[in-house]
Amino acid sequence: MATLKELAKKNELFSGGHRLCTGCGIPPIVRLILRSANAPVVATTATGCLEVGTTIYPYTAWRIPWIHSAFENAAATISGIETAYRAFKKKGKIPKEKDIKFVAFGGDGGTYDIGLQALSGALERGHNFLYVCYDNGAYMNTGIQRSGATPFGAATTTSPAGDIILGKQEVRKDLTRIVVAHNVPYAAQASPHNWADLSKKAEKALKTNGPTFLNIISPCPLGWYSKPEESIEAAKVAVDTCYWPLYEVENGVLKINYKPKQKRPIGDWLKMQGRFKHLLKPENQALLDKLQGCIDAEWERLLSLDGKVI
Amino acid sequence: MAITMTKGQVGLTGNTAVAYAMKQINPDVCAAYPITPSTQIVEEFSGYVADGAVDTEFITVESEHSAMSACIGASAAGARVMTATSSQGLALMWEMLYIASGMRLPIILTNVNRALSSPINIHCDHSDSMGARDSGWIQLYSETVQEAYDNLFQAVRIAENEKVMLPVMVCLDGFITSHAIENMSLLDDAEVRQFIGEYKALHSLLDTDNPVTYGAMTLPDTYIEFKRQQSDAIARAKDVVSEIGKDFGNRFGREYGLMEKYMLDDADVAIVILSSAAGTTKVAVDELRKKGKKVGILRPRLFRPFPFKEVADALKGVKAVACLDRVDSMSGFGGPLFNEVRSSLYESEKRPKIASRIFGLGGRDYKVKDAVGVFEELLKIAETGKVEVLTKYITM
Ligand SMILES: Cc1ncc(C[n+]2csc(CCOP(=O)(O)OP(=O)(O)O)c2C)c(N)n1
Repeated sequence: MATLKELAKKNELFSGGHRLCTGCGIPPIVRLILRSANAPVVATTATGCLEVGTTIYPYTAWRIPWIHSAFENAAATISGIETAYRAFKKKGKIPKEKDIKFVAFGGDGGTYDIGLQALSGALERGHNFLYVCYDNGAYMNTGIQRSGATPFGAATTTSPAGDIILGKQEVRKDLTRIVVAHNVPYAAQASPHNWADLSKKAEKALKTNGPTFLNIISPCPLGWYSKPEESIEAAKVAVDTCYWPLYEVENGVLKINYKPKQKRPIGDWLKMQGRFKHLLKPENQALLDKLQGCIDAEWERLLSLDGKVI
Repeated sequence: MAITMTKGQVGLTGNTAVAYAMKQINPDVCAAYPITPSTQIVEEFSGYVADGAVDTEFITVESEHSAMSACIGASAAGARVMTATSSQGLALMWEMLYIASGMRLPIILTNVNRALSSPINIHCDHSDSMGARDSGWIQLYSETVQEAYDNLFQAVRIAENEKVMLPVMVCLDGFITSHAIENMSLLDDAEVRQFIGEYKALHSLLDTDNPVTYGAMTLPDTYIEFKRQQSDAIARAKDVVSEIGKDFGNRFGREYGLMEKYMLDDADVAIVILSSAAGTTKVAVDELRKKGKKVGILRPRLFRPFPFKEVADALKGVKAVACLDRVDSMSGFGGPLFNEVRSSLYESEKRPKIASRIFGLGGRDYKVKDAVGVFEELLKIAETGKVEVLTKYITM
C-alpha cells in the first residue's frame, strides 16, 4: 500500500478549479481513488454534483478520459466502455501489456435508487470495474431531496420535519449488503477521514479482477446543514458512532477494518448537522432511540460476522 | 436458422437476415435485450457469438435503457456498436437515444416496428420509431427483407461518415417483414468488409494518453451551438444517404435512393406510405393501372432527415395525395408522414390536395382493397378538387 508521501507524489488527475462546494466530501474521495490506481483510469459519472461540478463546458476537471451520459446508468455505461476495451484487446487493437482501470462514480441517488438496476446488472455480468458510490445521504444536486440512503429522521426537502411528520420515516437501505449479495469479489465501506483505509481499499478493488464496489460516506455541508470546516470530522464521527462502519467483504469473508474503542452515541454525530435538529428535542427522544437501535443492531450484526465467510 | 449459403438467392425472414448482416458486419460490441418481434435477431446473433463466428463482445444487459447506455459507453470508447429492439424497448431507450445522437455516436439500431402499449399489442405499427423521430437519429424504413438487410450495411457507412457522425435506426415491419420468409440475395463477407471498411473513432475514451471529456454540462451560453451543429449534421446526412445508396448499387446492383417512386411520373393521384405496406399498395396500383387509372406511390425510405425538397418535387404533378400513416401522432391532425409531406408541399406552386389516412394499427391487416379504396377516393378528390374528410382511420 502506498504511503502518504508516495500518494502525494502521484500526478493530480482531478484538477482544482472545479465548482464543488467548500467542504464537499467528493473531491478528496475522487482524488485519492485516482491516485491509488497505479494504471490509467477511464471513468464515468452519474448525473449529480460530481458531474455538474466538474465539467461546465468548456472546462473539465478530469485529466483522464471521462464520460457522463445520464443519471441511472453509470454502471451500464462503464459496462460498455470496459467491453469495448476487451473487444479491442481481443482484436489486438490495444496492446496486450496495456492495462486500463474502469471506474464508475455515482451519488447515493444514482446508486441506491434510480441506478440500482443498472448496477445490479453490471455486477451480475461480472464486468471488470470499480463502482464508487459517494453517499451524501440525499439528492443534493437537485436541492436535498430524500433518497433510499437518507438516514432515518433526517429532514430533507421532500421529507421535511413538519408538525406531524418529523423527517424521513423510513430506515435507510443497506446497499453494501445488497452488493455483497451479488457475490462480487470485493466490496467495502470507507470514509474520506481515514485516507489510509480508503486508499488501501481503492488499490485493492482496482487490483481485483471482476466487479468491485466502494460505498463511501461523503459529507455535504449544504444538505447536512453542517460546517464546511467540520466535514472530515463529521465523517470521522459517523464512523466512531458506527453509523458508518468501515468494513470489507473480500471473496466472501467479512472483515471490520476499524472498531472504535468507545462507540460514541449517535447524538454526537446528529448534533453536528442541522438536518437532525428536531431529533435532539426531548419530546422526540423515541425517534432518536429508534435510530440508535438500528445502528446498534447493524453493528452487532457486523461484529457477529467479523472474520467469517458470509 | 442456420445459413450455409453466402451468395445467390436464399429464403430468409427479416430477423434472420438482419442477424446475418450483423454477423457480416462483425461489430466490436453489441448490447441488446429481447423483445418481440425483434428477439430473434438477438438470439441468432448470440448464436454467432457462441460459435465464434464473430469477434463481437456481446453484453446481455438487464434492460433496453442499459442496452443503449452500454452502446453509448462502447461507442465513446471507439467501438463499432450495434443493437436491436422494438416497441417498449425503444420507448425505454428514449432518454438515451437523445444522448447517443447528442454525443454524435455512430451507433446502429435495428428497430422491428411494433405498436406501443397501452393496450399492449405485439404486432406491427410505427408508433415506436415515430415516437423517436425527433431524437436526432437518422431513420431508414425498409419495405422488404432484402432492403432491411441492405440498409444495415449502408447504415454503418452513413453513421460513420465524418460529415454525419450520427446514430442510424433501420426500421422494418414487425412480423410482416421480420417473420416472413422472402427470397433475397446475400453479399459475401469480403464484399461487406470492403464496403463498410474499418472504423477509427476520432476521439476514444480508451486513448488514455489523450484524455477527452464526453457529456459535459452546458449552460445557455453553449448548448444551442451544440444543437446547431447536430442539426447541420443531420441535414448533411441526406446527400450522404444518396451517395452511399448509389455506391451500394454500383457494387451490388441494387441501388437505393431517398425514396422509391412507383408509377408516379404520370400519376394523377398518389399514396405516400412507408415500409412493407407499400408492397400491398403496389398490387393495387397494378390492378388500377390495368383499368387505365393513373395512380402511383411515393415510398420515402429516409424519414429522418426528411427529404422535403425531393418529396415536394416528386409530388409536383399529382392532383391528390393521401398519406397513409401506420401510427397516429395523437395531435388531432393526422399522422407524422402526413404532417411532413403536407408541410413539404407548402412551397409548391401547384399544391396537390392532400388527406391523412391512419391504417393498420397494432397489426390490423392492410389489404389491396384498402389501398384501392383510398385510390378511388383520391380520384374523386382529383376530379372535384374537394377533400371531403381531411383525416380519418381506415382498415377498421
Ligand atoms: C432520469 C432523471 N431523473 C431525474 C433527474 C434529476 N436529477 C439530477 S441529479 C439528481 C440527484 C442526484 O442525487 P445523487 O445521486 O444522490 O447525487 P448528488 O446530487 O448528491 O451528487 C436528480 C434527481 C435526472 N437528471 N434524470
